[in-house]
Amino acid sequence: MHPVLRTVLQRLGLGLLTLFIVSIVIFMSLELLPGGFAEAILGQGATPETVAAFNKEIGLDRPAYVRYVEWIAGVVRGDFGSSYAGLGGSIKRSVTEMIAPRLYNTFFLAIVTAIFAVPLSLFLGVMAALYRNSFYDRTVNAVTLTTIAAPEFFIAYILMFIFAVKLRWFYPTSTVSESTGFVEHLYRAALPAITLTLVIVAHMMRMTRAAIINLLASPYIEMAQLKGIPNREVIMKHALPNAWAPIATVIAFNLAYLVVGVVVVEVVFVYPGIGQLMVDSVSSRDMPVVQACALIFAATYILLNLSADIVSIITNPRLLHPK
Amino acid sequence: MTETEQKLKQAAKLAGRGKISRREFTQLALASGLTLAAANTMFTTAARAEPKKGGTFKLGLAHGSTTDSMDPGLYYDQFTGTALWGTLANSLTEIDAAGNVVPDLAESFEPADGAKKWVFKLRKGVTFHNGKPVTADDVVASFMHHRGADSKSAAKSLLDPVTSIKADGAETVIFELTSGNADFPYIASDYHIPILPRKDDGTADWESGNRTGPYVLEKFEPGVSCTFNKNPNYFKSDKGWFDRVEFLAIKDVTARTNALNTGETQYLHRADLKTLDLLKQNPNVAIFEKTGYGHYIYVMNVTAKPFDNQDVRNAIKYSLDREEILAKVFSGYGSVGNDNPIAPTVKFAVDPQPRHVYDPEMAKSLLKKAGLESLSFDLSVSDAAFTGAVDAALLWKEKAKACNIDVNVIREPDDGYWDNVWLKKPFVASYWAGRPTCDWMFTTAYAADAAWNDTFWKNPRFNELLVAARAETDEAKRAAMYAEMQQLVHTDGGLVNVVFNNFVDAHAANLGHGETAANWPMDGMKITERWWFTS
Amino acid sequence: MTSQPADLRVIRARRSFSENAWRTLKTAPFTAWLGMIIILVYAIAALFAPWIAPFGESEIVGKQYLPPSAEFWFGTDQIGRDMFSRVIYGARNTIGIALATTLLSFIIGGTLGVLTALKRGWLDQTISRIVDAFLAIPVLIFALMLLAVFGKSVLLLILILALLDSTRVFRLARATALNVVVMDYVESARLRGEGTGWIIFKEILPNILPPMITEFGLRFCFVFLTISALSFLGVGIQPPTADWGSMVAESKTLITFGRAQPLIPAACIAILTVGVNFVVDWFLHKTSGLRE
Repeated sequence: MHPVLRTVLQRLGLGLLTLFIVSIVIFMSLELLPGGFAEAILGQGATPETVAAFNKEIGLDRPAYVRYVEWIAGVVRGDFGSSYAGLGGSIKRSVTEMIAPRLYNTFFLAIVTAIFAVPLSLFLGVMAALYRNSFYDRTVNAVTLTTIAAPEFFIAYILMFIFAVKLRWFYPTSTVSESTGFVEHLYRAALPAITLTLVIVAHMMRMTRAAIINLLASPYIEMAQLKGIPNREVIMKHALPNAWAPIATVIAFNLAYLVVGVVVVEVVFVYPGIGQLMVDSVSSRDMPVVQACALIFAATYILLNLSADIVSIITNPRLLHPK
Repeated sequence: MTETEQKLKQAAKLAGRGKISRREFTQLALASGLTLAAANTMFTTAARAEPKKGGTFKLGLAHGSTTDSMDPGLYYDQFTGTALWGTLANSLTEIDAAGNVVPDLAESFEPADGAKKWVFKLRKGVTFHNGKPVTADDVVASFMHHRGADSKSAAKSLLDPVTSIKADGAETVIFELTSGNADFPYIASDYHIPILPRKDDGTADWESGNRTGPYVLEKFEPGVSCTFNKNPNYFKSDKGWFDRVEFLAIKDVTARTNALNTGETQYLHRADLKTLDLLKQNPNVAIFEKTGYGHYIYVMNVTAKPFDNQDVRNAIKYSLDREEILAKVFSGYGSVGNDNPIAPTVKFAVDPQPRHVYDPEMAKSLLKKAGLESLSFDLSVSDAAFTGAVDAALLWKEKAKACNIDVNVIREPDDGYWDNVWLKKPFVASYWAGRPTCDWMFTTAYAADAAWNDTFWKNPRFNELLVAARAETDEAKRAAMYAEMQQLVHTDGGLVNVVFNNFVDAHAANLGHGETAANWPMDGMKITERWWFTS
Repeated sequence: MTSQPADLRVIRARRSFSENAWRTLKTAPFTAWLGMIIILVYAIAALFAPWIAPFGESEIVGKQYLPPSAEFWFGTDQIGRDMFSRVIYGARNTIGIALATTLLSFIIGGTLGVLTALKRGWLDQTISRIVDAFLAIPVLIFALMLLAVFGKSVLLLILILALLDSTRVFRLARATALNVVVMDYVESARLRGEGTGWIIFKEILPNILPPMITEFGLRFCFVFLTISALSFLGVGIQPPTADWGSMVAESKTLITFGRAQPLIPAACIAILTVGVNFVVDWFLHKTSGLRE
């Protein structure tokens, strides 16, 4: 079997293990949290009577391990269960049904942002390495530094103030629903996407620049330079291919961040993504939904990191053909 | 047209948008030669510009969660309340702007047998959204939905005193209670008890969203939005003016403010008090402020030391500066409490004397009377009780020093506050949204056997009066009894009522409305039924 | 851009540390100096806050949202506290907490990362699995849950954030170290029979330092931002403690009306981060071996 393929299979297997650990960690944290679903829903109005009736209906009166085993048995069969909120009466709100539109929104925003942010940051990073210490390098550095230095909700509010409140080019809120068309969705998601782009480009661009500059001191680069190869070619042909490992890692970080770390931007722009769903579900102790969200986040991380590692292996012959 | 007349015309326009007060308008009108009476009439007409049909009304609400349910027993905030009750449905009765209970789906209601029995006659010709007529059986099923051992409804304890609900023909429902309750029609107005259609198996159909209200449900996405279209067959022809209503859950106050400021929404629920002055500068926005029944309080367990001594309790009540807290923590939006849980706008409310104000000398002398030189106690607070609970407690701590009282403020976690702190720790921050009647409020939180008696106060005279007043149908006698009870809570109870909070919302200036109800925010949560666009 | 003659390197190594430091500082570019001055100013503000600040940290001195004046340089906040004093106290709290968290996370994450890259095998697998699991749970949401379970004290905030953040440091440390451990000089050191500690400190660490230092600067900012995001969601540093993140969050609605107050604490965060990164950049430049 080809070593890369073997790594992939091995990693996928280990990924399942990771998912399992995640589900246990999340389940235990939820169990540790004070109060349960019934208390969270009923709030000040909870009486022991109604809480008991509630718990009995959702099955929360049974021991934790029984509930966990039941849940995981369902997941293995592809059934994520029903949200506690929808139980009772004839309507059950299945977790899948609840998460699907939110997941679509989140991936929509992540993909739109990534399409702009990744090429942009690579370009800016390579250029900064190429013309390091030039006026361009310093400007890009200062601008990206400022964008990562300000809290993301601050960037969001500034953008909202300029583009939605003053200029009125965009809506101040990004509320979308299942009936929103593609173009309308794109338009509504524009401000959050720009905010996220500003937040992640800085990190990726700086890492690209650092990785390339780090290699410029290597003897083989110096050799190439001594041979009189133009600077541009040195970087594109000699430095960049060997800098892919750290760059890929940092890109994977940031892409995962686009899926799992955007709660604040979702809150500010009222964008119905999965992060907000998970925070809501944590505060209402809606275990099946929290678990499903956590597994999705975990799976995203695992797949992206696997891709980053594959890139590292492929671009490093020493790892590709181990001795 | 003279200059004054022109000004007057402009002023009338402003009055229509709620931008000018009656006094300012009258002064202008008098200057232009009108009589006072004429000016008054003119202002009223201008201010209540004729209701107009049409328009899409979008509201940005601070509430709304992914766990929101169509089950009315589980409505627990103003998103579900305003959208799924006030917009979508009707109860048997409703509370009007003056705080009185009036028929809604009922046509009339009559007490019998010393208010132990209540006979509700239904309005004729009312249909559900699917065209099915509303019958007495539907009403019975709707009430039964909240009862029974397995019920998890918030209205369950409210309906505990009801022994039987029977349909008498298609248009009459008879309720029998364990003891007389003159206020039962108020209970029937509760937003947890809308009338639902009865299913074939005899239970109520809450799942489908088929109700009687002014708007028909189009789509409900819990925690995101809820949209409605006009119900063309609504039984009140003078209500429900909009073509379309959209509720948006916008938890972030800045986003809510932006949405209103840019005209994306026309209503801002829970404005940011700190920046309200800035919002007022937008000419297209009007502020909507209303003192409701809700109150921000600190409650002590009167059975725990040192709060088991009435003089100590009263010393504590004199040791905080409510005016300062109202001004600094709540930016003045509210009115100071006087350790009476009954809001001034509720029927039979009184203002017990002597008023509890900040008075270090009084506090010290009361402590001395209790045989103490100084006092120190723990106060458990969290902003989960009410926003500002921590800040208010810190201000209290500063001011109490002059009374030889040391308030040790303990910040409790927000999560699980109602579960682990309230009713558990001896002195805690709390909140009551208030109730439309004295009886309802007292029965909920001050009766000796109430599940939520958060002061653990069991005053025999108070509990005796509570039962007597409930069944009393003579208004004057009731008023006297309720006055005495309020005085008892004030002087003997464990309640420190800091402020009655105002609902402070904002809306597009082209929205019109009549006198607004105080029982809930947003015109009694019936804003979509009662308001309209003026232009 | 030529390679350094060997004899010069030897001479440099013989200089005393202070001489060397001074020589290095003298040649530092303007931006690095600026960065160092910024850091120095912040450090002074943080260390001597009670003596510098005109008012107390949570002392109410005037009306709400007063505009800047001679008495209140930055105006007052939403309950009438002096913004200037709170910004200075904020330096103490915010920098202290962020620095402690970042250092702790680098100690944990860096050590484990290098170690696993070197050893590979079951140790690498076990730690990587655990890290993957924690990495896979969003920091904000997980921190939110843990703070709800264990309570919201500053110490817990530092511990929880450091632990969660160290997983990210671990990933980078491991990825960069992986590229180094396959180098011939590491192999030869191993064949020479050098101990693990020697290989880590003499062979690997110097070679992974540039990206790690860049990362330290960035992670320091990220910790800042995570804390402010937690404050934004209501579980970060608790009032009345002054913290720049919560100060922005508390007055954020003013932005809608074009008022500059929330910009002040945000600018404090931004300026410090820029300063730190100027120094980091310079350091990166020095250690990259390039002479320009």
